[in-house]
Amino acid sequence: MTVELTGQEGLRPRARTPGDVLLLRWLATVDHKQIGIMYLMGAVFFFLIGGVEALLIRIQLAQPNATVLSPEVYNQIFTMHGTTMIFLAVMPLLAGFVNYFVPLMIGANDMAFPRLNAFSLWLFIFGGLLLNFSFLTGHAPDIGWFAYAPLTEQPYALSNGVNYWILGPLVASVGTILTALNVIVTILTMRAPGMTLTKVPLFVWMSLGQAILIIYAFPPLTASQAMLLLDRELGAHFFDPAAGGSPVLWQHLFWFFGHPEVYIMILPAWGMISELIPVFSRKPIFGYPFVAASTVAIVFLSMTVWAHHMFAVGMGDLADGFFAAASFSIAVPTGVKVWNWIFTMIGGRLRFTTSMLFAIGFIAMFVMGGLTGVMVAVVPFDQQVTDTYFLVAHFHYVLFGGSLLAILAGAYYWFPKMTGRLLDERLGKWHFWTTLIGFNMTFFPMHILGIIGMPRRVYTYPNLPGWGEINLFETLGTFLLTISVLIFLWNLWHSLRNGEVAGDDPWDAWTLEWATTSPPPPHNFDHVPPVRSRRPLWDLKHPEDPDWRHGE
Amino acid sequence: MSGAASAGLSEQQARAPMPVPSGADAALARTDPHKLLMGFFISSESFFFLSLIVTYITFHGATGPQAKDVLDVPLTGLFSIALFASSGTLYLAERGMHRGNRAQLRLWLLVTIALGAIFIAGQAYEYHHLIDEGVTISSGLFGTTFFTLTGFHGLHVIIGLVALSILAALTFAGDFDEGNEMPLTTAGLYWHFVDAVWVVVFSVVYLWTLVS
Repeated sequence: MTVELTGQEGLRPRARTPGDVLLLRWLATVDHKQIGIMYLMGAVFFFLIGGVEALLIRIQLAQPNATVLSPEVYNQIFTMHGTTMIFLAVMPLLAGFVNYFVPLMIGANDMAFPRLNAFSLWLFIFGGLLLNFSFLTGHAPDIGWFAYAPLTEQPYALSNGVNYWILGPLVASVGTILTALNVIVTILTMRAPGMTLTKVPLFVWMSLGQAILIIYAFPPLTASQAMLLLDRELGAHFFDPAAGGSPVLWQHLFWFFGHPEVYIMILPAWGMISELIPVFSRKPIFGYPFVAASTVAIVFLSMTVWAHHMFAVGMGDLADGFFAAASFSIAVPTGVKVWNWIFTMIGGRLRFTTSMLFAIGFIAMFVMGGLTGVMVAVVPFDQQVTDTYFLVAHFHYVLFGGSLLAILAGAYYWFPKMTGRLLDERLGKWHFWTTLIGFNMTFFPMHILGIIGMPRRVYTYPNLPGWGEINLFETLGTFLLTISVLIFLWNLWHSLRNGEVAGDDPWDAWTLEWATTSPPPPHNFDHVPPVRSRRPLWDLKHPEDPDWRHGE
Repeated sequence: MSGAASAGLSEQQARAPMPVPSGADAALARTDPHKLLMGFFISSESFFFLSLIVTYITFHGATGPQAKDVLDVPLTGLFSIALFASSGTLYLAERGMHRGNRAQLRLWLLVTIALGAIFIAGQAYEYHHLIDEGVTISSGLFGTTFFTLTGFHGLHVIIGLVALSILAALTFAGDFDEGNEMPLTTAGLYWHFVDAVWVVVFSVVYLWTLVS
């Protein structure tokens, strides 16, 4: 690939251009597919770092009174684990799929602003490196991923760790906002002829919902991080109670971002599930308008629930009641989606591919996380379990059992489109079962630990009855999860080189990304099939019974 | 299945009716993506400023009296008029562009930049005066919230000035003679937004001192 002869043998090779060098071709790209893949690779890199941190946490907690990690290091590790997984793993994993598939699914040849897209990618990469650079300075941030004031203020956190926590995610967030703006404009203006807003695939709908949440949830985070930096470096007093500042203000601003963030991390994951469950059930999605409309409801409601993270602050009954009620009501549109997926499967001809297994695992685990979510929205219950392992169990069921399982389902579904080869199904099944079992071994007992009173974020614990055994069991689960990740990495590596050739449309699917080659050419489509219904490829394959004849 | 997908159109497919965009779809089809991008960007920015404004208001009980003592409302009001007027002059510049009147475009663009610069100069003078009196970002909650809110707004004005200056230079180089109106109208959206933010900030920070 590096040198091409222009004429007959023996003539001078033409001058090398940047396009000849493989590495430069990636670094300088503005193609949404290459950018998507780089998002995924960057996210996997940071995911492995965050995973090693999780492993360290579990090793330290495997036994009571352990001394593997010092308290200082433990604080840094759990802070970096949370911050990394949220900002540098789950979000960019989703960004990678959104980047790659939104333009393909709407029949566009790229994002609306390709160079802006590349800029966003590099902000994510450098933001992630900046955050992790703090390890090299000898003091990573040790303030928890939500960085409550006043522990983040100068007298209490003198090292530069907090500054890295501010600046790394801040740089990455700017990239996130720019990508979201790009996604919105792409979806609104670049859909193929005939693809009206009521006909876009649900993954695209959910990506639009996610992007809208991002552009309104992230600026308050940026603003509060700027204020914190001013407090620390220029002696401002926003969150400094000694000078009249308000630590509770930090909590409001942070969670105004932090709760929509939960939905930012799940919406495109729901979108993936909404695409692949119909394909593997051989039925159209049940109740498309409800799935789409409930997404809109969630976008709005998720901006009104932030203070359910603050029931222990003492906001008063009125505020507690409002935020509890709002939190209950957001369970409704979420539950609607779960029923949509289940009713799509009922009566379908189910194909239990690895992708489908992950999707079903997702539904089960996500419902568990959703139910504990409703539990902690009950104020008196929350005040009992706040800051215990019950919370840790809850959000890992939503984030790992929810987002991550859905992302893995999407990975098995779309890997053939991105690489031209199928992931190995036998390794995939091993991957699925080790993940599901390891995940439940690690996180289910945390519910119990939380209810019997083990606080989160403690570097060790006394030898109370049962605590040691439960914690050891969880750590064993983490080892199983480690094996599952290794199986997946091996599957990626092995299938990339030796996997079964996929062809254009290995799943007999219905959305536009399957109407082009695998992987698609740089311009995506030679011609975009006509779009007259939500399943343009079904119409193409079944001219005798197209969807548009049924008025969809 | 790939065969079916790439086989092209059957006769029946080709005859089938294509949906005609209506409502939101039709409106979006007519929208310039650049303007749409800027529109969503400034709506996102408004949440940034909202956070700073809410923060300023949160501490008003503690900072209001000091705001009343140290702020020179009439003087800042004068500089504010310059900024408000700059939205009008930018509108005149855009109208000149619409009509293909290059002289009008250049003149009003330069006047807009000058008015923005007057506002920034006024803010610099105000900051200098306050710091002389010992009001700084670290002197107390008023300084903290005041300098952060007005400072971030000033930063946005400066970014707008840079953008407009680049456009003005391009105008003199003859870049918009061909009728490409997108860059100026898009930058204009941003400028009007920065102006509108100041309406709120000026009301909350300065006019509030007159009523309390």
